[in-house]
Amino acid sequence: MYRYDEFDAAFVRQRVKQFRGQVERRLAGELSEDEFKPLRLMNGLYLQLHAYMLRVAVPYGTLSSRQMLKLASIARDYDRGYGHFTTRQNIQYNWPQLQDVPDILDELAEVEMHAIQTSGNCIRNVTADHFAGAAADEIEDPRIYAEIIRQWSSLHPEFSFLPRKFKIAITGAPNDRAAVRFHDIGLQVRRNEAGEVGFEVIVGGGLGRTPVIGTTIRKFLPKQHLLSYLEAILRVYNQLGRRDNLYKARIKILVQQTGAETFKDLVEDEWQQIKDGALDLPAEEIERIEAYFAPPAFETLEANQPAFEARRFEDRDFARWVRSNVTAHKAPGYACVTISLKPEGEAPGDASAEQMEVVADLAERLSCDEIRVTHEQNLVLPHVKLTDLAEVWETLAANGLGTPNVGLVSDMIACPGLDYCNLANARSIPVAQRISQRFSDLKKQHEIGDLKIKISGCINACGHHHVGHIGILGVDKKGEEFYQITLGGSADENAAVGKILGPAFSYDDVVDAIESIVDTYLELRGDGERFNDTYARVGAAPFKEKLYAAA
Amino acid sequence: MPLLKNGQVIADSWTALAEDAAPEGDVIVSLEQWQADRETLRAHNGRLGLRLKSDQSPAELADDLGRFDLIALEFPRFGDGRAYSYARLLRERYGFTGELRAVGNVLRDQLFFMVRCGFDSFEVADDKAVAGWQEAMSEVSVLYQPTGDGRQTAFALRRGAANR
Repeated sequence: MYRYDEFDAAFVRQRVKQFRGQVERRLAGELSEDEFKPLRLMNGLYLQLHAYMLRVAVPYGTLSSRQMLKLASIARDYDRGYGHFTTRQNIQYNWPQLQDVPDILDELAEVEMHAIQTSGNCIRNVTADHFAGAAADEIEDPRIYAEIIRQWSSLHPEFSFLPRKFKIAITGAPNDRAAVRFHDIGLQVRRNEAGEVGFEVIVGGGLGRTPVIGTTIRKFLPKQHLLSYLEAILRVYNQLGRRDNLYKARIKILVQQTGAETFKDLVEDEWQQIKDGALDLPAEEIERIEAYFAPPAFETLEANQPAFEARRFEDRDFARWVRSNVTAHKAPGYACVTISLKPEGEAPGDASAEQMEVVADLAERLSCDEIRVTHEQNLVLPHVKLTDLAEVWETLAANGLGTPNVGLVSDMIACPGLDYCNLANARSIPVAQRISQRFSDLKKQHEIGDLKIKISGCINACGHHHVGHIGILGVDKKGEEFYQITLGGSADENAAVGKILGPAFSYDDVVDAIESIVDTYLELRGDGERFNDTYARVGAAPFKEKLYAAA
Repeated sequence: MPLLKNGQVIADSWTALAEDAAPEGDVIVSLEQWQADRETLRAHNGRLGLRLKSDQSPAELADDLGRFDLIALEFPRFGDGRAYSYARLLRERYGFTGELRAVGNVLRDQLFFMVRCGFDSFEVADDKAVAGWQEAMSEVSVLYQPTGDGRQTAFALRRGAANR
């Protein structure tokens, strides 16, 4: 894992002190809320419906157990005993007091964490594949480059007041677990014909009101040019992105309005002027960062572990959890464990301080001291020996963390919705809770298999409904909550935006509608077909027929 | 509005050229005035400054930049950050060495970003920005981005340490 050196440590301390001063000026009335707003936003502090909300960055979703313990103690000391893991691999606290926030940031700095640029119209926390460094299909660990970008983007003097927020995601594997085609910039590590490693650069993807699949503007960018190329894209966007309309200010609209080819030319022209300059990344610098992400010293193990196989054979519950929550690892005898934060009837992504401590302890003892946060709001123990899986499962299950539903119908993404958010038109979390209750039969969930349901409480799409196999969007109809359903979305390498199925459903009826869609799928699916395969083959008609026939 | 330069409030020797007025002394003109009347403006006895709105890129008059001793870039709202890019282009690409002045909604907490991008004078909104200047310049000393301001980045300092 990356460790702060003297420069990083000083930087974060200085930033906390600066923010402490800003909070003091606000509390003393020297700053108006209007003037304070952009300053607090640059430190991840929002004013929500009931209270301030503090969003803490988990850079590229990687945590040590020491860091997780700190997140737990902050939840206990400054919040109501829990935290909420988000779709951008961050953690949010929903109830901090303004005067406590500088102290929270000081505590975070002790464990090399911060809340810098988790909000505001700047370059946000860079996200990455949650299986980075463990996945068998990886070309290179994307966190090396995510860390390089984190440093370059931190308080960037030119790009702190962009037209709109700016999100970068990076994956090191061809199977895209970081949704790189739905970010302002997506970077996919590629190997060229000469065997060199670089990046495919994808620009202008995004969800929100106008979902767009990103466009590749460069098929292969050599590593040394990473930062100069990013700077060129940002410089074009900062000058030309729309500032007259909040809803047209993201880079995806600029790319659409100028045309992808013209946009690419603008970027390439700018890049020609600045490449091979001060932003050049020498091989030694990449190696310096790479050393921090060197794989842990894995033991040499047999790929087949009889004790693990026997337990799986004998214990149906364990076997079910392994099937949904355990993923192949690059090292023989190891596995990646995904810890579901979606138990039946709970808010997706929430974890209590005690649960965070349980995860921290397991990570320290049995996962090389590493934890990941996924963009699907779960946690990961990336390096667990097969022979330790039973102990990990028993401990998780005893603490409400053993739900065997990763990737299944109840592993939903939901935004905070009307319960917490100023912008929402409709509740999201209660809908997710009711769906998970409806599908509470785990056996049935496993029969249904891989199925992604995503719920947003308004068109800003924080719940990523556009890329759900089944997407649910809350809308307001004359003061009542209604839910529009989309089918066929996908955030992975088969990027697709879901299509609206038909008229929206009331809060009372939406769960029945989801069940009807799932039943239709089960009736129609062929061998090995996932939901989107069936949908692509049969189209929307059979789903509509069943759903709307009664009306 | 106070004018800050090198942390000091200074008297402003420049005046904005009123419409249809004859240029006298050091005058700042708009892009429209410059385009309409460049011969008269160049001939007048005094220095010439140019004020650009946030949707007027200096790239469009790169060949004329040498005529000006001052360029003022507008921040109509502090959140409109286009002029940060314009400033870096003026300093780092077009080699503008005159006074680069930030005007408009110029607040204490943006001053350091502006300095790093190449601004060297600031028409600030109020005295809070004057009082906060020293702190604003020193509160964050670790810098991750190379700009044209000559300050050492963490990257350069690390390499320096490695080579010692």
